[in-house]
Amino acid sequence: MTQLEINERRRDGIVIIDLTGKIIIGDGSRLLSAAVGRLIQSGERRIILNLAAVTSVDSSGIGELVSRHTTTRNAGGRLVLLNLPRKIRDLLTVTRLVDIFESYEDEESAISSFQSKIPA
Amino acid sequence: MTVAENVVRLTIASQLEFIDLVTSLTDNLTSIAGFDEDSVYWINMAVRESVANAVEHGNRYDPNKAVDVTFVLSDESLHVSVRDHGDGFDPSDLPDPLDPINLLNPAGRGLLYMRTFMDEVEYQRHSEVGMVVNMSKKRPLKTVSAIPESPESARKTEGVGPQHDTIGD
Repeated sequence: MTQLEINERRRDGIVIIDLTGKIIIGDGSRLLSAAVGRLIQSGERRIILNLAAVTSVDSSGIGELVSRHTTTRNAGGRLVLLNLPRKIRDLLTVTRLVDIFESYEDEESAISSFQSKIPA
Repeated sequence: MTVAENVVRLTIASQLEFIDLVTSLTDNLTSIAGFDEDSVYWINMAVRESVANAVEHGNRYDPNKAVDVTFVLSDESLHVSVRDHGDGFDPSDLPDPLDPINLLNPAGRGLLYMRTFMDEVEYQRHSEVGMVVNMSKKRPLKTVSAIPESPESARKTEGVGPQHDTIGD
């Protein structure tokens, strides 16, 4: 069974990645890395990771989120988090990463954030 | 109940696929011990991190090297020890993940999470080979007086079952 299911959709020129399952060491982290890497390579620069259906994250998964954030930023884009579950927020807080990520509690706000900001 | 009845041992090969076996067992034991839903989740994560470290950094995925996990459930606490059979390391050499210079490193947070979610975490070299991490978590006061005889009786008593698959509110 696949640890992590990834579905991509598009709204207003922004790619929304709906994640379902576990972002943990092994397939989960690798699949997320490959999905975001593929988008960056194809020229996408505005990405939303929807974490609403993510059931488990470990330190490898947190590291993967950090890596994808860095990769996107280095490519001149933005990656934001949507529907951050409480325990993932706790993990980001413990490791002082919570302020590194932009996160939104609803999709409209996440979409709007791209319309009001120009990538650095 | 004798001491031996409160000890559970499990040995796995150095494969990530087997980590779920250990965490499933962890969930059963933490439920028996009467931990609340959040604690069940965080202890699961601490054990997952320790076993993943043993597989990845300790044994370096060597299929000939095992990871030995021992749980001891006492009236006061749950103790977990995880041993690898690798070359060993000095935990004090690990970079501090909270140092601003390391903040965006993709790795190096596992031990911090283990120390955050368990009451005690201590690494030591095994007398023969490898490293052992010993972790413990105090049991909730309401269950200190007795260890339930079976997971079923624990769930009936406390109304708590394995909670490892949901992290959202």
